[in-house]
Amino acid sequence: MSCALLLLLMSLALAMGTGAAVEIQRPRGVPLSKRQFYEENKPFTCLDGSSTIPFDRINDDYCDCRDGSDEPGTAACPNGSFHCTNAGFRPAFIPSSRINDGICDCCDTTDEYNSGATCQNTCREMGRKERESLQIMAEITKEGFMLKQQLIHEAKRGQEDKQGKLTELQGSKKGLEEKVEALRTVKETAEDPEKEAKERHLKSWEEQKELIRMEKDKTRMAEAFLELDDDADGYVSVAELQSHLELDPDSDGSLTETETQGLLGGADKVDTSTFETVWSGIKDKYLSEGLSDPPAPVETPQEEETRDFVSDPDSDHYPEDYAGEEEDVEDDEEDDHEEEEEEKVPPTVQTPEKRADDEVSMPPYDTETQSLIDAAQKARDDFDEAERALREVDDQMKNLEKEIGFDFGPSAEFAYLYSQCYELSTSEYIYRLCPFNRVSQKPKFGGSETNLGLWGQWAGPEDSLYSVMKYDHGQGCWQGPNRSTTVKLTCGKETVVTSTSEPSRCEYLMEFTTPAVCQEPASLDEVLQGHTEL
Amino acid sequence: FNSMCVCALRRQRALSLLSQDENGVVLSLGADSQRLIVSAKPFRLDIMEGREVLLSLNSRGLLAFEHLRILEDGMWEETFKSHTDSKPNGPSSISLDFSLPGVENVYGIPEHADSLKLKTTDGGDPYRLFNLDVFQYEVFNPMALYGAIPVMLSHSAQRTMGIFWLNAAETWVDISSNTAGKTVFGQMLDYVQGSSETPQTDVRWISESGIIDVFIMLGPTPTDVFSQYASLTGTQAFPPLSALAYHQCRWNYNDQEDVAAVDQGFDDHDIPYDFIWLDIEHTDGKRYFTWDPHKFPQPKDMLQGLLDKRRKMVTIVDPHIKVDSSYKIHNEIRSKGFYVKSKDGGDYEGWCWPGNSGYPDFTNPEMRAWWASMFAYDQYEGSMENMYTWNDMNEPSVFNGPEVTMHKDALHGNWENRDLHNLYGFYVQRATAEGLIERSGGVERPFVLARAFFAGSQRYGAVWTGDNAAEWDHLKISIPMCLSLGLVGVSFCGADVGGFFKSPSTELLVRWYQTGAYQPFFRAHAHLDTPRREPWLFGPENTALIREAVRQRYALLPYWYQLFYHAHHSGQPVMRPLWVEYPQDTATFSMDDQFLLGRDLLVHPVTEEGARGLTAYLPGKGEVWFDVHTFQKHNGAQNLYIPVTISSIPVFQRGGSIIPRKARVRRSSSCMEHDPYTLFVALSPKRFAQGELYIDDGHTFNFDKHKQFIHRRLFFANNALSSRNLAPGSQFTTFSWIEKIVILGASKPSKATLKTPDGKESLLEFDFDASMSVLTLRKPGVNAGVDWTVVLQ
Repeated sequence: MSCALLLLLMSLALAMGTGAAVEIQRPRGVPLSKRQFYEENKPFTCLDGSSTIPFDRINDDYCDCRDGSDEPGTAACPNGSFHCTNAGFRPAFIPSSRINDGICDCCDTTDEYNSGATCQNTCREMGRKERESLQIMAEITKEGFMLKQQLIHEAKRGQEDKQGKLTELQGSKKGLEEKVEALRTVKETAEDPEKEAKERHLKSWEEQKELIRMEKDKTRMAEAFLELDDDADGYVSVAELQSHLELDPDSDGSLTETETQGLLGGADKVDTSTFETVWSGIKDKYLSEGLSDPPAPVETPQEEETRDFVSDPDSDHYPEDYAGEEEDVEDDEEDDHEEEEEEKVPPTVQTPEKRADDEVSMPPYDTETQSLIDAAQKARDDFDEAERALREVDDQMKNLEKEIGFDFGPSAEFAYLYSQCYELSTSEYIYRLCPFNRVSQKPKFGGSETNLGLWGQWAGPEDSLYSVMKYDHGQGCWQGPNRSTTVKLTCGKETVVTSTSEPSRCEYLMEFTTPAVCQEPASLDEVLQGHTEL
Repeated sequence: FNSMCVCALRRQRALSLLSQDENGVVLSLGADSQRLIVSAKPFRLDIMEGREVLLSLNSRGLLAFEHLRILEDGMWEETFKSHTDSKPNGPSSISLDFSLPGVENVYGIPEHADSLKLKTTDGGDPYRLFNLDVFQYEVFNPMALYGAIPVMLSHSAQRTMGIFWLNAAETWVDISSNTAGKTVFGQMLDYVQGSSETPQTDVRWISESGIIDVFIMLGPTPTDVFSQYASLTGTQAFPPLSALAYHQCRWNYNDQEDVAAVDQGFDDHDIPYDFIWLDIEHTDGKRYFTWDPHKFPQPKDMLQGLLDKRRKMVTIVDPHIKVDSSYKIHNEIRSKGFYVKSKDGGDYEGWCWPGNSGYPDFTNPEMRAWWASMFAYDQYEGSMENMYTWNDMNEPSVFNGPEVTMHKDALHGNWENRDLHNLYGFYVQRATAEGLIERSGGVERPFVLARAFFAGSQRYGAVWTGDNAAEWDHLKISIPMCLSLGLVGVSFCGADVGGFFKSPSTELLVRWYQTGAYQPFFRAHAHLDTPRREPWLFGPENTALIREAVRQRYALLPYWYQLFYHAHHSGQPVMRPLWVEYPQDTATFSMDDQFLLGRDLLVHPVTEEGARGLTAYLPGKGEVWFDVHTFQKHNGAQNLYIPVTISSIPVFQRGGSIIPRKARVRRSSSCMEHDPYTLFVALSPKRFAQGELYIDDGHTFNFDKHKQFIHRRLFFANNALSSRNLAPGSQFTTFSWIEKIVILGASKPSKATLKTPDGKESLLEFDFDASMSVLTLRKPGVNAGVDWTVVLQ
């Protein structure tokens, strides 16, 4: 009500063309609301009641009142304040220390009445600008609020969809679980006969293999005997065996006569049949004298192969681990991918071929066994597929539950931001905000991405919790904290990151506009009136 | 040693010969029955007054002089970690001992993070003087820091003397004392039994190279020693008034918007400040004299914005120059041959903020003249008259050099860095200060802050205690560190408020503001990796506490300015240990948790975490002190327990003094220029008081060149307070007037009459607070530059 009256006064003043002249008489720096306390030519009581002084001590450039109320228009009181009317703009209080300090604070210039500072009255211009920007803001708010309604609607629908999907998934999960159990039984039933048949097949193969091995061993023994029996007298003597230093039991580099005798079971020489017992003691170490002959024992190449198989990925790992230490984490991740791929390939291809070279391969399964195996394999495949399907449903449910569980604001108006990302390009970096997920920064001209924080929580003040997002636990800083980002949300028609800064080391600030924070607008008239008192 | 010169500087005349025999001579030092006895075998010098030996040189025979000799294996090349010192001249150190009979207290030889009273070094490391960029220095340690002033003061109840060992090479000082090891019981036993031994302190100085060049200052009072030393190295530069106000710094204010936001933050929270600082990140790739084109695209707009609020800025200009052929400063220095050379004759290069860097040879006067010319407004693009300079890293800091400094065999012309190392920083600051003077055509006083310094650095600006830490011990040590500097000429000293490394607790930050507000150079600073700590970031209550501390500083600026005028005039320190004013009060000799500002203010800041109270020593038998906040009167010569709260800053005004303040604290000191004064008259028990008032334009040399200043003596005697001109030859007009006079320890008058030179008399209204005996005279209104008298009846 008083607003309307004041506006009337102002327009009256304008009509008369003498702006300030109509100002209601009161001591300099006193707001209208306190005019009644400053009654002309009557003793003045300090507003805190601490003392009463003659009226001519008001604004006499000496501070008499403890609360500064006697010097509203001078800088005399350290705790005083000065009221500028700022006709055309917004009235304001400034600390009285800013009166006549040579700096224009009030747009109506009234604070610099005796300092020599030349101030321009900018109130009308500022008022115009403010009205313009308020108008723009009001329009934005209006449109933004409409968009927000839409967002709320969509979110609600989305939420319902998700809930529906979840229920649906719960249903199909149950079916899948049952299916998995049924197929598990089928699989286990099929696997038992398969196992038996395979074992049978393997056992007969093992026996056959053992025969072959013994045959080979015998051949080798005979060859060795001939080789050792240098004088071809039908006996292997101590002297003949002694040249085989590799058989030295204490590995001291010399094979003494006693040691050799020991190898020959205490005898000076042995014939072919006794050599059989000797052979079993020395065959693992024995090296053929014929240089061109390959090392004989059957097992050896297999061992080497196994060793190779184990050590291969090891040697692959090493240089990558090393590189990882020097480079950033992101690079590491890339390397890991490559590594996995490499690992998969070589051993599976090489091993069977190599085996085939040195060993007689197992004969194929007979048709009966093979059909059991095929049946079991099919049951396994069916089971695996069902299990995979169940896992997928589980994952989907988890994701849905997570999304449904997020705090997307009082009316889920922020839900549309989920799984979206917004970028802002500055001179040096591209900043990326993925709401409810993470904030990151990537140098424009090469270099790896830096994690500036993972979704933490809503962090606005009590009365507007949903105006600030906090992302924390980003990449660590040297000697400092982990990076974190505060995202300030303001009302806008569009969803955009408008600015970023790093006010403190590794603490980032991001400004983000979204319709989701737009408040129901007051009517434009209300807005303008609220800001334009006389 | 045949070139020894013994001179009595004070009197500027030859010494007269009193007597002579084949083993020596006795010379008269002029008045005061002072004699110098020179003995040949063994060689020693004794300075006597009457029958007393004041000081002996070489009485312990530690004089050593490693003359130049032919190359000997093992004594030349020397390796420290991965660094090799070629030592082309071999060992060249010098040494001499001094004995001080009757002396138990020695002070000075900054810079060390140690107690004010120097400790004996028996069984430990000597005090080391070698300018170094020390990373996270330790307190209570004789290790070398950023600056070196080879001046030691000795003090006893009888006499104060000084030793100035003029040598800029690496220097070590050993101190031993015959009483230091004794327990209190032992000392008492000596006293009871009448021990024959008088206390004595022995000091030994060792320098790595150079000549023995020693000045002995005989005092006898502390004031005498200060002026004797000032006659040798000059006095404190008189800073612009605003430099005594509050400085807001941080590594780094990120960009122009950040600067504008912090500036606005001070206004929004009604906290005054005068300077905002930009650290190295403001430059284009650490190329000093340039601006980062993205963060600071319009430096003049930014500076104009500050100027519009009557505020100022400091930008950093370090002495390491990026080796970069597209950088003008580097190209010019290289083409002029102004870089320090390595031992092989090429330009010396080292690693610092910009990466590979050259180091201009500031010992070369031509280099300094060129450097100074780079501060001209048309050379330093984007600079304006409200922009001043900070020289950091001027030890010099060389990240990959031995002990993070320059190789000792690097060459400055014919001199090795070894010979003049501790002077490098001095010359950097000098060349910069001269540049700031030149850019204004010799009109404006410069302001330059430097980290490294040497004897005489006081002539060029301010220093700070370097990269301290946000710890209570570092707050405590700021007091003895600045007191030690003040004793040897450098009054304009401060520590980073809040602590540079680490993050202070809110309590520590508040206490540091309260302490810093009463130390000469008052600047908050913080490391790049610490969270922001502008004063309003700790809740409204702490903002209010910090605001109050800063406001106390601003209100007291007239007194600070006057103290600096005196420091400039006569070399008296601004911040003083108590013993300087109470030289016979042995209780004060090792005090360094409280201090005096000038003669008249005693400050005991709270530097203990969680303090509920502290004990301050109020000196002066028969004197009184007034709490400046409550006006309560306390007797001198007592330990006074003071309960404290988080808002307490215990400060006392000496009875017998008059201190001018400006009660109207505004957003910057410039805004307060024309404001009126309030005089605080603290009466002595004999109802007497005196003080001064100094006023000039606050920023030019006109006070000196054209005698444009007001210097008045204020005195209260016989119930009358008067203002009289102390400098009749001077001329200056001020708008300021006397707003209020507060007389502490007064009795109630029946009337108060103001008399002005035009013969007018007027009655002053007054208010008397009987409980505190405080008389407040209302609005004398007389101009601060004229004669006047107020008579109380």
